Amino acid sequence: MNTDIAVVGFAQAPQVHRTSATTNGVEMLVPVFQELFAATGLTRRDVGFWCSGSSDYLAGRAFSFVSAVDAIGAFPPIIESHVESDGAWALYEAWVKIRTGEVDTALVYGFGKSSAGELRRVLALQLDPYTVAPLWPDSVSIAALQARVGLDRGLWSEKEMAEVAARSRADAAANPYAQLSGAVDVAALLEEPYLADPLRTHDCAPVTDGAAAVVLAAGDRARELCNRPAWITGLEHRVDSPVLGTRDLSRSPSAAAAAAAAGIDGVTVAELHAPFTSQELLLRRELGLSDAVRINPSGGPLCGNPMFAAGLTRIGEAAARVMDGTAERVLAHATVGPALQQNLVCVMEGRS
Amino acid sequence: MAGQLAAVLGTGQTRHTSRRLDVSMAGLCREAIDRAMADAGTDWADIDAVVLGKAPDLFEGVMMPELTLADALGATGKPLLRVHTAGSVGGSTAVVAASLVQAGVHRRVLAVAFEKQSESNAMWALSIAPPFTMPVGAGAGGYFAPHVRSYIRRSGAPEHVGAVVAVKDRRNGARNAYAHLRQPDITLESVQASTMLWDPIRYDETCPSSDGACAVVIGDEAAAEAVERPAWILATTMRTEPTTFAGRDQVNPRAGRDAAAALWADAGISDPMAEVDVAEIYVPFSWFEPMWLENLGFAAEGDGWRVTEAGDTALDGRLPVNPSGGVLCSNPIGASGLLRFAEAAMQVMGRAGDHQVDGARTALGHAYGGGSQFFAMWVVGAAKPGGKP
Amino acid sequence: MTPLSAPLEVGFDYTRSLGPVLGRFMTGLRDRQIEGVRGSDGRVHAPPVEYDPGTAQPLTEFVAVADEGTVESWSWMPAPLEGQPLAHPFAWALVRLDGADTAMLHAVDAGSPDRMRTGMRVRARWAPEPVGSIRDIACFEPLDGPAPPRPEPHGGEPVTMVTTPVHLHYEHSASEEESRYLRGLAEGRLLGQRCPECGKVYIPPRGACPTDGVPTSEEVELPDRGVVTTFCIVNVPFLGQRIQPPYVAAYVLLDGADIAFLHLVLGCAADEVRMGMRVEAVWKPREEWATTVANIDHFRPTGEPDAPFESFAEHL
Repeated sequence: MNTDIAVVGFAQAPQVHRTSATTNGVEMLVPVFQELFAATGLTRRDVGFWCSGSSDYLAGRAFSFVSAVDAIGAFPPIIESHVESDGAWALYEAWVKIRTGEVDTALVYGFGKSSAGELRRVLALQLDPYTVAPLWPDSVSIAALQARVGLDRGLWSEKEMAEVAARSRADAAANPYAQLSGAVDVAALLEEPYLADPLRTHDCAPVTDGAAAVVLAAGDRARELCNRPAWITGLEHRVDSPVLGTRDLSRSPSAAAAAAAAGIDGVTVAELHAPFTSQELLLRRELGLSDAVRINPSGGPLCGNPMFAAGLTRIGEAAARVMDGTAERVLAHATVGPALQQNLVCVMEGRS
Repeated sequence: MAGQLAAVLGTGQTRHTSRRLDVSMAGLCREAIDRAMADAGTDWADIDAVVLGKAPDLFEGVMMPELTLADALGATGKPLLRVHTAGSVGGSTAVVAASLVQAGVHRRVLAVAFEKQSESNAMWALSIAPPFTMPVGAGAGGYFAPHVRSYIRRSGAPEHVGAVVAVKDRRNGARNAYAHLRQPDITLESVQASTMLWDPIRYDETCPSSDGACAVVIGDEAAAEAVERPAWILATTMRTEPTTFAGRDQVNPRAGRDAAAALWADAGISDPMAEVDVAEIYVPFSWFEPMWLENLGFAAEGDGWRVTEAGDTALDGRLPVNPSGGVLCSNPIGASGLLRFAEAAMQVMGRAGDHQVDGARTALGHAYGGGSQFFAMWVVGAAKPGGKP
Repeated sequence: MTPLSAPLEVGFDYTRSLGPVLGRFMTGLRDRQIEGVRGSDGRVHAPPVEYDPGTAQPLTEFVAVADEGTVESWSWMPAPLEGQPLAHPFAWALVRLDGADTAMLHAVDAGSPDRMRTGMRVRARWAPEPVGSIRDIACFEPLDGPAPPRPEPHGGEPVTMVTTPVHLHYEHSASEEESRYLRGLAEGRLLGQRCPECGKVYIPPRGACPTDGVPTSEEVELPDRGVVTTFCIVNVPFLGQRIQPPYVAAYVLLDGADIAFLHLVLGCAADEVRMGMRVEAVWKPREEWATTVANIDHFRPTGEPDAPFESFAEHL
């Protein structure tokens, strides 16, 4: 069994409003894989296990993940699996695989071409098929309902939400892959009309096409592939009830439980997968992150939210802060489902 | 076998049929789950994590149904994973669930797989032609029939072999109270007289479209020691290759051969035909039995049909294949792979009822998916590995 | 050149069986009654849930709740999307009906966001023709006075099924390589692509060579004739089918290509088609050509001697 597993590589496609690539992800993934191989010295045949995260409904095609396998060059045959979820959960499956000792490296990827469909509508299909989905509540409206709960209770304010957006955009200026970036004035943001009262456009992640990939390795193999591996000290995920009407939407028990189980004390950087500003504020409270923790130095999903790759990208970005020496102990968070229903937390650290 | 020991503590499945109109999707899953938990003697508090497997979301029109099913699956507050590896998904679900225990992450994991095909229409969902393509595709049967033709040509198999498998599996299904199709009176003649659907595949050589679910509880060594007759997981494999590539062998895919070779090596099996007592193999069209017998190493290339024709794979043969009736009797696509894995476990646990193979102590569960490109397999045994024989 | 794209409609009217709990709930809606179910902790869930969120136990104790209640949260929908409860701007809200301890997600026809407040009272507006669906509640509306007279229950057999149309609109894009191939077809040309590593010629092109994972950029023009490697005769009609059965779906290996593709064979009886049969394309009239391989209407036998088995055996 391998218990020392690290992120040793991270690469991503540019986060764009609309890619000319196809929904099967191949065109976005090939350069990403090539970048990882160049950075780590691995070839595709060295990879012990491949695992991906994607969604058929994003692509409008059943079995859409199958075509992505072309990006790998999967012959001779490979050990490979897939989750119908964000690549962060594919990373979880890969981490478990490495832990068993069957393999000591894994390449995890996630991809999504949201622009191919009507994302806001499609996500309504995640809701109860009998009592909710037939009304087609869209994803932005669900997040707006959640935002209002916190506003009503004074847990956060529209100004604080706008500050999250402004900070994210400013930080994204240093991220060449981000879709949105730049200096924005909080007061000017608050003058904008509502998109879905109480959310404004800046409170919501953009629709993004993109892909990302991460290399995991165990023990000595990790040290061979990377000067400063980001060692995973905690990797946990939990899910809450799907019934929105039974939940206190100002909370995310599964995020808190995952963080508590993973052990997040001492992190100085947190990449949070919060596609809505109010959700970042909720998660900061839920995870007990003090103001000393730097949130989303990459700009986060508010500056680019490639569905099914965005959570994996948080893990990659947080790991990159360890690998480049700017942070010692970091956390990454990923979410799927309406109103932060399912959450994953990954804690990583550098070691001298 | 990498990692710690793991075993099947209990299994459960639904009564499979074309349309389970008496239950919701949650109800369908719970029928299998409640039976598996009872069979394993576990309660909700004992389950550390849930792994759900299902084929494309399009079949039921629910995106990521594990999310809306979280409460029904008993997963709320726990780790929940959703695996989707096309038709092999039921098998890979079991492999992922087993790996959670083998990795020492959890003590007991619930693996569930289901399909409620009656919410839509399977052939529609499998035949949606994207723009710019020629709409020649005609579902799974239309995809595999040309490759079945290639097998018949390559091997020189006589034409009735497909019917031999159909008769065997459907009569086996008649001994399985859960099976969708139960045809005790089916004959070679009736199969060969049935309509040709995608020449050379006939109606009676084709799997049904079913609503159904399967669940398995997998536990660690301590949990297994606490139950009577667990099915010890001796080895698991998964392999993938691209759907099509220049020079690809569509009949005897290398990914299947590699997976089987790794599986036997890991399980310490050097002569599968002699050492495996029973095999639950994913046969959705009858000709896949001889094809997979070769691919798995039970027969030399080109000889699979001889094994079938000789009656070796019958319930009383030297290698019973699909005593449950297999996919030819019940095919809730997302669950079919897990059913194979569960039926293999049931055999070595002595819980296969009227389709029990006497004295079965080592069994194979096999699943494949996509264009015969995703393979997941496991070997289970009655004897604890490393223990006295 | 910009890649080609075309609409892709994915739609089905899903037929969902409800099971005992939701069946009873929907039957109630048809009769303009709302029932919740009591959870393991005593809380009343409306709408009902089949299994308790905390204990996973099946829930069976039904409790009648009112058709009016309190807004626990709301948001505004200024430009409603297809399929949503109202076509003019409305509010989404979580409404806790009187007698229930949980909230129901639905629409409120408030007219303007200024009329919406957390804590306000709303009442269900029933659809004129209930069928046993969550949409039998057309929406909620602000409580303005006493309740209007409740229409008579519809009555009838218990509701066990609900039909939910799910129709999604996508834009499918071809890759750059595929677009060049399709534009070639529009000119009556068959353009394959060679992988720089393995040297194999692929048609149709792929985003990357499936065995090497690298883009296949070298273009190779291919003749419109080749060999049937294997085939089947499709006899079965099915939903969404576009070619009338029986028809021969055959893998055609064009001369010079290293992979076969699926197309139609006509021009002889289906039972005369053979593995190894040499075929040539029969193109549609030029004025009907578009960016699609369907410009080739079908392949027909050329009458040449069959290719020997060994010459195409590796492509099976």
